[in-house]
Amino acid sequence: MGEEKIMTSATTEMAISKVPRRIRWASLGPFIALAVVLLVGTMLNSNFATGTNIANVVTRSAFIAIIAVGATFVISSRCLDLSVGSMMAFVTGIMILTMNQLEPSMGANAIIVGAVVGLLVGTACGLLNGLIVTVGKIDPFIVTLGTMGIFRALITWMSDGGSIPMDRALREPYRPVYFGDLLGIPIPVVITLLVALVGAFILYRTKYGRRCMAVGSNADVARFSGVSVAKVRTIAFGVQGLCVGIAAICYIPRLGAATPTTGQLWELQVITAVVIGGTLLRGGRARIWGTIAGALILEVIANLMVLSNMVSEYLVAAVQGVIIILAMLAHRFIK
Amino acid sequence: MTRIAPLPVSATAPVAVDACSDSPTLAAVGLAKAYGPITVLSDVTVNIRAGEVHAIIGENGAGKSTLMKLLSGYVRPTAGHLVMAGQTVDFSDSTAAEAAGVVLVHQEILLAPDLTVAENLFLGRELRRGIMVDDRTMNQRAAEVLASIGAHCGPRDRVGDLPLAQRQLVQIARALLEPRKVVIFDEPTAVLANDEVAALLDVVRGLRTQGAAVLYISHRLDEVEVLADRITVLRDGKMIGTWPAADLLQRQMAELMVGRKLDVLYPPKRPQPSDAPLLVVEHLSVDNGAVEASLMVRPGEVLGIGGMIGSGRTELFEGLMGLRSADASRIELAGRPITHRSVSDWREQGLVYLTEDRKGKGLLLDEPLAPNLTLQSLDHVHPRFSLDLRKEVAALKKVVDDYDIRVGSVHLSAGQLSGGNQQKLLLAKVMMTHPSVVIIDEPTRGIDIGNKSQIYNFIDELVRSDKACIVISSELPELVGIADRVLVMRGGRIVAELTGDQITEQNIVYAATTGDAYLAAPQDR
Repeated sequence: MGEEKIMTSATTEMAISKVPRRIRWASLGPFIALAVVLLVGTMLNSNFATGTNIANVVTRSAFIAIIAVGATFVISSRCLDLSVGSMMAFVTGIMILTMNQLEPSMGANAIIVGAVVGLLVGTACGLLNGLIVTVGKIDPFIVTLGTMGIFRALITWMSDGGSIPMDRALREPYRPVYFGDLLGIPIPVVITLLVALVGAFILYRTKYGRRCMAVGSNADVARFSGVSVAKVRTIAFGVQGLCVGIAAICYIPRLGAATPTTGQLWELQVITAVVIGGTLLRGGRARIWGTIAGALILEVIANLMVLSNMVSEYLVAAVQGVIIILAMLAHRFIK
Repeated sequence: MTRIAPLPVSATAPVAVDACSDSPTLAAVGLAKAYGPITVLSDVTVNIRAGEVHAIIGENGAGKSTLMKLLSGYVRPTAGHLVMAGQTVDFSDSTAAEAAGVVLVHQEILLAPDLTVAENLFLGRELRRGIMVDDRTMNQRAAEVLASIGAHCGPRDRVGDLPLAQRQLVQIARALLEPRKVVIFDEPTAVLANDEVAALLDVVRGLRTQGAAVLYISHRLDEVEVLADRITVLRDGKMIGTWPAADLLQRQMAELMVGRKLDVLYPPKRPQPSDAPLLVVEHLSVDNGAVEASLMVRPGEVLGIGGMIGSGRTELFEGLMGLRSADASRIELAGRPITHRSVSDWREQGLVYLTEDRKGKGLLLDEPLAPNLTLQSLDHVHPRFSLDLRKEVAALKKVVDDYDIRVGSVHLSAGQLSGGNQQKLLLAKVMMTHPSVVIIDEPTRGIDIGNKSQIYNFIDELVRSDKACIVISSELPELVGIADRVLVMRGGRIVAELTGDQITEQNIVYAATTGDAYLAAPQDR
């Protein structure tokens, strides 16, 4: 009897410590796709693989990448946020108005206050979406379709249909946030990496991440296990709003103004980046680094279309639309 | 209502007869159905005659629903055949059966709530005039059919606005839109209140008078007794026999429905505890579930909850857990009054509930084992903000040993485990916080005998360490084998409490089907 007991524990011990780390092609998909796109770009155009162009592409992809990290939270909890593009414009507008107001008294410090306001307003907007979805028990698609319209209308109203320019005195001190670099790496790229690292840590290594996957994978199981589905989803929307705030901070120095077209159709790019990155639209599986790869793929393709004359750059959105459909088809056939 | 049959089954069970010489309207000859290696119904021969109500009774899983589906063309038999008016028939689907005059009235309400009554009745077979839908004729016909079965709704009423009983009648009206030779009812009264049941029984009697052959499945033996002309009993997918209804008392029906030998070893029963109750629940009512249910369980006790599927057992405990909206006058755990009921509040208080729906509500089938194990106890396993993955793997190793969960690799997802191993993982999951009261809904559904015994031993060890366990089960031998006390539910109410020698399969079925509590043993009379 005793011997038998030892036998069983020995075998299970073995079974558990055996780690069959097979390469999972499905989760490598987005990175392979990125490599292929880069390779094709290098072959097609000699100007593509230059240091300046690559740095430019990566920097430009930062906004979508940062917002898409937040969208990875929302989507993996089996929700959707269509309002991110409009929210971005709205937050940008609020930030610029705040900074312009404070600049005469505070000087360049107004930028710091403006950034804090941006983070707070973004988070509040996200939480608002989340609370309407969870407390009001309304489909997230409809809720964020509504707030998308609201945020867009607000920025149009605030700018009176034109643009809200940043005070000239702030341009120079704020410039490095987009155009500067840290050890040769553009600041927006550094921020993107930080956001992705923190996002990956939260999703993969914290209790919240576990609960988020459980809610997305099967909300009933989560409920029956004592997980508050509403709380998890509301927080996911809050994180999405915070990411929009961070993206807005990086975005302002680039153009120095907020307009009614700021962030237009970004929700399409954000959702595309998340989905081609391998995160499941039906929830339960998040791929933060896949999302980053997805954002890069979109920007590289747009860049290639501008550089080469094969396809008109006006068709960028069409190509991105084709990509999301192809990614979903690939998903189906790999599975 | 209650008559006592003084003698055991073997002596009083009337000989199965089929004396009537009329040729049957529909006959099943040696009908059998298997899904792969699993036989769900074997060698059933039944005659259904014009102008009779033929009842089919049996426990949960006896094969009643399968038989109904075979007769009405929803499922095709793996052996045997059907005979209608002397001709062998083979229904390729339910449409073919309906064309031959055989129709099944479904158990579930399968109606489109946003359409009107008439639109539902004619759904998929709308009458047309040219390219237009002929609403006027359809409403007229619908009104006629509704009147003929005593429904109080109009053809233009929206189905979603009707009470449940009226919707059930609409379902019946849909089946009776065309003249039918054979009408099959699959537990038509399961969702109805008493006065509504009476109205429905009148509809069935009306069909009989019109010369239809009616096949009637029900869990409620009182209905069967007053309604049926003949009764066929199924048990474990086999046919036990057909009897004239006049020859069977309710008690005998219950005895014929059960009566199989025990094939699982149960741990010996423990001495009866007499301590103060660990959990007290008073007057718990759950929306669309339980009505004014009161119960208590002592430390060291296994409390069994019996009753047919749909009797409100699961709803009662989901209500207790705060998973359904519910209301109670008093709830206490270990002497402390409980005010906030949610799964996480209960967990902190030391009470857990293990769902009957292992795949739908218990485990994340696509996720690995470790996240499943700790989902309910994340704050206990991982006291810090970040996950302690090493500790989690250690916890998994421990339960794999303790609960004898057979895994090829810890990198499997929960869905890749066998049913028995899934159930043991689920058990380990709810036990992670060391609760003092464990509620297990269908502890051994769909798992093999070896795993069953292990789960029974686990429950035994649990209560021996002065914990309490509530077991909700549809398997009668299981309740008899492990419970110290059994509460039987019917129609959302607790109708009987059985202790000691009173805990028999017959008594549980009797209470679950008639609603009458167990009466004194025959020798006491």
